[in-house]
Amino acid sequence: MKNKKNSVLVLGAGIAGIQASLDLAEMGVEVHLVEDTPTIGGRMPQLDKTFPTNDCSMCILAPKMSECVRHPLITLHIMSSLKDISGTPGNFICSVIERAKYVDPVKCVSCGLCEEKCPVKIEDEFDVGLRKTKAISRYFLQSIPSEYTINKDHCLYLTKGVCKLCSKVCPTGAINYEDTDKEIELNVGAVILATGIDPFDPIGFGQFGYHRYKNVVTSLEFERMLSASGPFGGHVERASDGLPPKRLAFIQCVGSRDISIDRNYCSSACCMFAIKQSIIAKEHNKELEATIFYMDIRAFGKDFDKYYDKAENWYGVQFKRSKISEIKELPDGSLDLKYTYENGDIQYETFDMVVLSIGLQPRAGSRGLSEDLDIRLNRFEFCRTDTFHPLETSREGVFVCGAMSGPKDIPESVISASGAVANAVKYLELERYDPSVGSEDIKEKDVTGDRPRIGVFVCHCGINIAGVVDVKDVAEFASHLENVEHSEDVMYACSTDCLETIKQRIEEHDLNRVVVAACTPRTHEPLFRDTISEAGLNPYLFEMANIRDQCSWAHMNEPEMATGKSRDLVEMGVSKARGLVPLLRLPINIDPEALVIGGGLSGMTSALAIGDAGHDVYLIEREDVLGGNMRDIFFNFDGTDPQQFLAETIEKVENHDRIRVLPGSTIEEITGFVGNFRTAFKDSTGKREELTHGAVIVATGGNEHETEEYLYGSSSRVVTQKEFERMLHEEEFPPGKLKEVVMVQCVGSREEGRMYCSRVCCSKAVKNALELRKRKSRVNIYFAYRDIRTYGFAEEYYSELRDRGALFFRYTLENKPEVEKIRPDDPDSRIRVTVFDPVLEKDVVIDADLLVLATAIDAPEENLELAKMLKVPLNSDGLFLEAHVKLRPVDFATEGIFVCGLAHGPKDMSESIAQAKAAGSRALTFLKKKSILAEGTICEVRTDRCSGCGYCEEVCAYTAIEVDPEEGVAVVNDALCKGCGACVSTCRCGALDLRGFTNGQLFSVFDSLEIEASEGIR
Amino acid sequence: MKKEFTPRITSFLCKWCTYTGADLAGTARLQYPTSIIPIQVMCSSRVDPVFLIKAFLSGSDGVLIGGCHPGDCHYETGNYHARRRFAIVKSVFESLGLESQRLKLSWISASEGPKFARVANEYTEEIMELGENPTRKNIFL
Repeated sequence: MKNKKNSVLVLGAGIAGIQASLDLAEMGVEVHLVEDTPTIGGRMPQLDKTFPTNDCSMCILAPKMSECVRHPLITLHIMSSLKDISGTPGNFICSVIERAKYVDPVKCVSCGLCEEKCPVKIEDEFDVGLRKTKAISRYFLQSIPSEYTINKDHCLYLTKGVCKLCSKVCPTGAINYEDTDKEIELNVGAVILATGIDPFDPIGFGQFGYHRYKNVVTSLEFERMLSASGPFGGHVERASDGLPPKRLAFIQCVGSRDISIDRNYCSSACCMFAIKQSIIAKEHNKELEATIFYMDIRAFGKDFDKYYDKAENWYGVQFKRSKISEIKELPDGSLDLKYTYENGDIQYETFDMVVLSIGLQPRAGSRGLSEDLDIRLNRFEFCRTDTFHPLETSREGVFVCGAMSGPKDIPESVISASGAVANAVKYLELERYDPSVGSEDIKEKDVTGDRPRIGVFVCHCGINIAGVVDVKDVAEFASHLENVEHSEDVMYACSTDCLETIKQRIEEHDLNRVVVAACTPRTHEPLFRDTISEAGLNPYLFEMANIRDQCSWAHMNEPEMATGKSRDLVEMGVSKARGLVPLLRLPINIDPEALVIGGGLSGMTSALAIGDAGHDVYLIEREDVLGGNMRDIFFNFDGTDPQQFLAETIEKVENHDRIRVLPGSTIEEITGFVGNFRTAFKDSTGKREELTHGAVIVATGGNEHETEEYLYGSSSRVVTQKEFERMLHEEEFPPGKLKEVVMVQCVGSREEGRMYCSRVCCSKAVKNALELRKRKSRVNIYFAYRDIRTYGFAEEYYSELRDRGALFFRYTLENKPEVEKIRPDDPDSRIRVTVFDPVLEKDVVIDADLLVLATAIDAPEENLELAKMLKVPLNSDGLFLEAHVKLRPVDFATEGIFVCGLAHGPKDMSESIAQAKAAGSRALTFLKKKSILAEGTICEVRTDRCSGCGYCEEVCAYTAIEVDPEEGVAVVNDALCKGCGACVSTCRCGALDLRGFTNGQLFSVFDSLEIEASEGIR
Repeated sequence: MKKEFTPRITSFLCKWCTYTGADLAGTARLQYPTSIIPIQVMCSSRVDPVFLIKAFLSGSDGVLIGGCHPGDCHYETGNYHARRRFAIVKSVFESLGLESQRLKLSWISASEGPKFARVANEYTEEIMELGENPTRKNIFL
């Protein structure tokens, strides 16, 4: 008997854990998110900016954090750890230890008085020791949940039995020194592990002088220095003298690619991290000079090379390929670097500050965790996975995502998180559900046409507001405003009893609008909206005045002025509230089927993910057979067999009762929107058919670049890596002896016309070279390369190849290898390759029996047409452009459409599988719902005013507004509108308005300001 | 007399970046003058040129728009639209002989609490030097 549980435990609440939890919860799965620290967010909040867009890390993460904490299906277990998993997949019992917090989260109102009074200063973990925090604190200022916790190792009362200051000042009696650790048992269907990574600690690296020299810092410390919310407010200063550094050095691969410390893997993210930091540092201080010392620049991700190029050529960051042999501290705290170029030249240079680009390593305690949970690790102690099962641990029903299974950047972590969800849901029994059901339980009061009757509640927030603002005065002031029927001051507006009070007052005074003057709507508006909704009011009949975060806290020394401003803010709130109208969130029907475009590895994997979850899938493929590019791949580093896996996958797809394969078909038209797409296609016989479906997955793949360089096409001895791999597989080599083999990398990549790295070619060439060695041990292998980009665990194979005697010559774009046929008229002639060796500083000539070209991956030209049909964007390279390069790597801005595989960008099979599963799971977040609710704050059109000019259509990023060609007026698609209002302020006819932020409502806010101005109150 | 003057700066703050940054300034207890009167908007692109003019005519001594940094917009491209519109209104102000310094656009991210406080302080000082909004005394239109 298998009693499946529709819940999942997610361990680790970094970006991967958050994404996995949100995806699951959106499918209707109950989630237990277990996190070790007192906050969710993981590493991302420590970052100032993210590459390659320089997005502010907190800006993009904060909305996800609050979505996660507010989701009714997600239960947070902070300061908790997973001890054991027993039971069977589908029905696990997880034992979780919740450590004592010593502060009652229900009572704590995050006022911060305790922290102010706490006498114990300790190192701040979040700011990597660059500043002090207290024994009672929040993990960081924007922590979620925001409640305080006590560090029991440092608290005076808990360690020595004295002090208790925090409990004396706490206004709500939230401190509980008697709190104890609790063990709880959670019954779940599957487990997703996402414990992330630790930064490498360079303390043992004597030669770099970390901790000995004051001005040598790690990249994570430097990131906190750059951060506006960091310990120095974004001003980078030298620890020795507080001066801003002018000459900055970055040393790459500290704790990565290093056999001597058993870290023979590449941490994958640090090159980009250093490039980003050098750019940001230069933006902070234009005169700053930054130099990056490196072995290879591994800018292998989407648009990374453009960023690298920008750093070098636009910002003037110096890149020096060299090895640092010594760092000496000078008397003024500056640092003298001794470094050696590849040709043996030794140089000395002085810098003001040195940043060590530290690698990523498995989290402390990984070994113990793996033993507790009975999962296997790889030899570097990352979670073990294989090429075709990148998200599965060795234990059935337990999945892994994020950097726990190997170094990853943010988008890869997000992708793997969504992907792991697709695996986990196989162990659950999910029904489609209707999110609009249940919300009708409360009968909403019809207030149309009623005179506004506004209730105002002014919060003291303990002394947070009342300590500065005269709250009673503000409440009294509000009571005289027009339409205000009731006004009172309350101690904590968000406390449970006060929420009850608000509901009572609505009843007593027949209120139909509510204004709460308290903290910020960002965190508390949803709570108050729910409250008035429980009292029978439409949730949009609510307005908040932020008199704490943006008033009392910011004007602590001007109580009178702050009171005046609070009055203004309340009056503005009341003015806006007066004009508020109930908004409806209309349900939009979602068709349960999905269309997957492209029948390669990615398309098939997506189709299986959705099909296995019980949804019908149409898998459309242009060619007559499935398999795509994978048909030409025969080997993997880990010894797994691609062709066997492909055959199994095709069989699964073709025999799947939910998947309808449509080979040899071409799409003619796609119309509709999320939940309601309609696609017309021609099948292999030329017959036209129409499909309806709720979601679309684009998995159109990529092509091998057709080169004309290096004699390709005119010699039988010049082949591409793809052809070479088949050659190895079939063991059919060119006639004659095979002695000298030359591999040229970056053919077509990273140069004019294709300014991107094709990502897989370095690893592929290394893999094929090793395969060749297996078959013909005496062959000489030469590489002509620009940077070897064997990121992650492929690094090990690269060094193996070097150890086995392959020779590597680095070339530059200005000095590409030259090739000629030894006998020009003979197509089978051997090829003479001349390549400049920067080590010897002279040309090397090789008469090659075989020349293997690592040709670029091209975006198919057909992408353009498909992009037009779907109304989704392509980037300048013709690759599909996702909604957000960091946090929405498989979504398009247009809802209901997703992308995966090579269509998104070059990637290997493992990464394609992870992304294909992610796309499947993102699609399921829609397909698992019978309907979705459109936003309430969306745009509306007054058709009598609309001239059909179409300017709104141009500015809309979501294709949510279009001019109806027949009616000649703009029409808003409620399902797609995100409510930004860009179109409203573009409209020349005043035909558009944004519900909840209408022109009228905003004007009345100005009016309330104006009346006062003329009366000269202020 | 002039010292007593506290300007009123109507500030349109985008919900995702600058409003969050302003909250952070408060959380970090960074101090700035009460002159900043925040109005939350979903996106800086929601700020209709008319809002700027209306706020100005309503007696605001300064008008501030705070949005996400270029490339950071929660709505992809909203801040670019905002920037374009802002530039136009500014040039209209100039051509009408109004003090275009009374309009300010600033990119402030969610983690830039200190920047928000700095902009608030600096801009308030700038406006204090300009003095009161003349429309409070003169009749326009």
